[in-house]
Amino acid sequence: MGEHWDRSLRDLAGEAVLETLRDAGTGDVQALYVGNMLAGQLTGQENVATAVADAAGLLPIEAVKIEAACAAGGAAVRAAWLAVASGAHDRVLAVGVEKMTDHFNDSVSAALATAADADYEAAHGISFVALNALLMRRYMHDHGVERRDFAPFSINSHHNAAGNPRAMFRSPIDVDDYMSSPVVADPISILDSAAICDGAAAVMLCPLSEARSYCEDPIRIVASSCATDTVGLAERRDPLVWGAIADSAAAAYAQASVGPDDIDLFELHDAFTIVSALTLEACGFAAPGAGVRLASDGSIGRDGRLPISTLGGLKGRGHPIGASGVYQVVEAFLQLRGAAGAAQIPDVHTAMAQSVGGSGSVAVTHILQN
Amino acid sequence: MQLPRYHRLRRAYYRLEGSRCPACETSYFPPRGICPSCRAGGLQPRSFSGRGTIYSFSRMHQPPRGFSEVGPYTVGMVRLEEGPLVVAQLTDVDGVEVSIGMPVEMVTRKIRENADNGYIVYGYKFRPRMPLPMALAASPEPEEVVL
Repeated sequence: MGEHWDRSLRDLAGEAVLETLRDAGTGDVQALYVGNMLAGQLTGQENVATAVADAAGLLPIEAVKIEAACAAGGAAVRAAWLAVASGAHDRVLAVGVEKMTDHFNDSVSAALATAADADYEAAHGISFVALNALLMRRYMHDHGVERRDFAPFSINSHHNAAGNPRAMFRSPIDVDDYMSSPVVADPISILDSAAICDGAAAVMLCPLSEARSYCEDPIRIVASSCATDTVGLAERRDPLVWGAIADSAAAAYAQASVGPDDIDLFELHDAFTIVSALTLEACGFAAPGAGVRLASDGSIGRDGRLPISTLGGLKGRGHPIGASGVYQVVEAFLQLRGAAGAAQIPDVHTAMAQSVGGSGSVAVTHILQN
Repeated sequence: MQLPRYHRLRRAYYRLEGSRCPACETSYFPPRGICPSCRAGGLQPRSFSGRGTIYSFSRMHQPPRGFSEVGPYTVGMVRLEEGPLVVAQLTDVDGVEVSIGMPVEMVTRKIRENADNGYIVYGYKFRPRMPLPMALAASPEPEEVVL
C-alpha cells in the first residue's frame, strides 16, 4: 500500500495472490475475480483479470474483472462468495488491485469522476470530491455541526494505521493538523480524504466443510449483500440518506441474524469523513445527524463500543480503489483471527466490512465471524 | 465530449428539459426513459423554470483534467422550484458570498471550451437571481426555439 513506482498493476496483484496461496496452503484455485475500477483508464489495460491470472501463474483458470466503482473490491469478494455458495467452484480467489500513481492528480481526478454521473455530474466539471463536499456542507448546515467535528474520524484512522505495517500513513495527526490541512473542495480538505495510491489485496474462499482441511480456525462469511441507489447524487429524495448503504446493511444483518448491536468492529468506507458519518447513520449505529457524535465521544476508537477503520481504514491505510474492499475483508479476517498485531482489537466475534462505490450509489456489505 | 452525445444532451443542457411520467405524473431532471416510481415507459419532455435555491455548494480547488485550465470554481446543488435537485457550476459569483437558501437562476454558459474535436460545449449554470425589475429588463419574453 502506497506509492510503488517500481511495481506494475500485474506485479502488485501477483504478489497479493502468491502470498494468499501460501497462507491458504494450497495452489489449487479454480477461479479468480479481480476487483478493479481504473485499469482501462489509467493503465490502458482492460482484460485485466486475464492479465492478473497470467502474471500470477494461474492460467488457464476462469478469471473475470468485477467493476462497481470504488466498491469493486467488495463486489469481487461477493462474486467469489457467490461462486462458492452456488457450488460452481470450491476454491476461489478474490483479488483487488489498483495502480494510480503513474498519473498526475488531475488525470486521476477525471478518472475517479467516472464513478459519478457522466452527463450530469462529471461533464460539468464536478469532481468526486466536490460531490462529497456538497454533502458535507449540507450535513453541517442541517445538523448544526462544524468542520472540526469531523476531525476525530481522520485522527482515529491515522492513529489506527500506526499499528499496521502495511499502511500508507503511519504517523498520528491531531486537530490542528486536520484544521490546517489544504482544502481540496471546501469544506473537504486533504485530511478528510483518503489518498490516491497503489495496492493489492487478496482472499481465498472455500466451502466451510472444506475449510478445516486447510486451517484449524477458518473465518466464516456469514453474510454478503449488494444494493444500489441512483448514480446521480441529485436524483435522490434526500441526498443525506444513503439508501444503498442502508439496504445493503439491512440485508446483511438479516442473512447473519444479527443487528448493529452485535457488530464488534466495522471496516467502513471512510473515503471522506462525511462518508463515515453518513454510513454510521445508514447502518443503524446512529440517528440522522448523530454520526459525528460517535467519533467525538470515542465510540469509534479501539476501546470504544464500535471500533472502525481498525487498521487505518481508507484514510490511514490508503485507498487503492479496487483493492480497498478486499483490504477491508482481509483486515476483518485478521482481527477475527487475532492476527492484527499492534492493531488487534480484543474479543472480536463479529466483524462487518462495507465497500461503497460512487456517491453512495452501490454498497457491498460482508459480515464475518470466527 | 463526443458530438453525437452532446447532440443527445442538447435539450437538457440548453433549456433544462427533463421528463414527466404520463402514468404517475412524477417529474424528473435529468430526463429518464423509464419511470423509476411506476416503471412506465414513454416519458414526456418537461421543461423547468430554471429558478431555484442553493441546497449546497463547494469551491473546487483541484478541478479534474479538462477543467483545470479555468482554475478554482464554485459548484452547487440547486433545489429547483418544481422540486428536483440539479448539480451544476455556479457563475457570476465572484465577490458574492454564496449561502444555502440563496435564490439562483439558470443561465446558458460555456461548460468546456477546449473539448475534444475543437467545439465548445454549452450548458446550464446557475447565477444569483437578480432583483425582479432588473431581471425583467434583462430578459424579454423568450422566442420559441426548436432544438
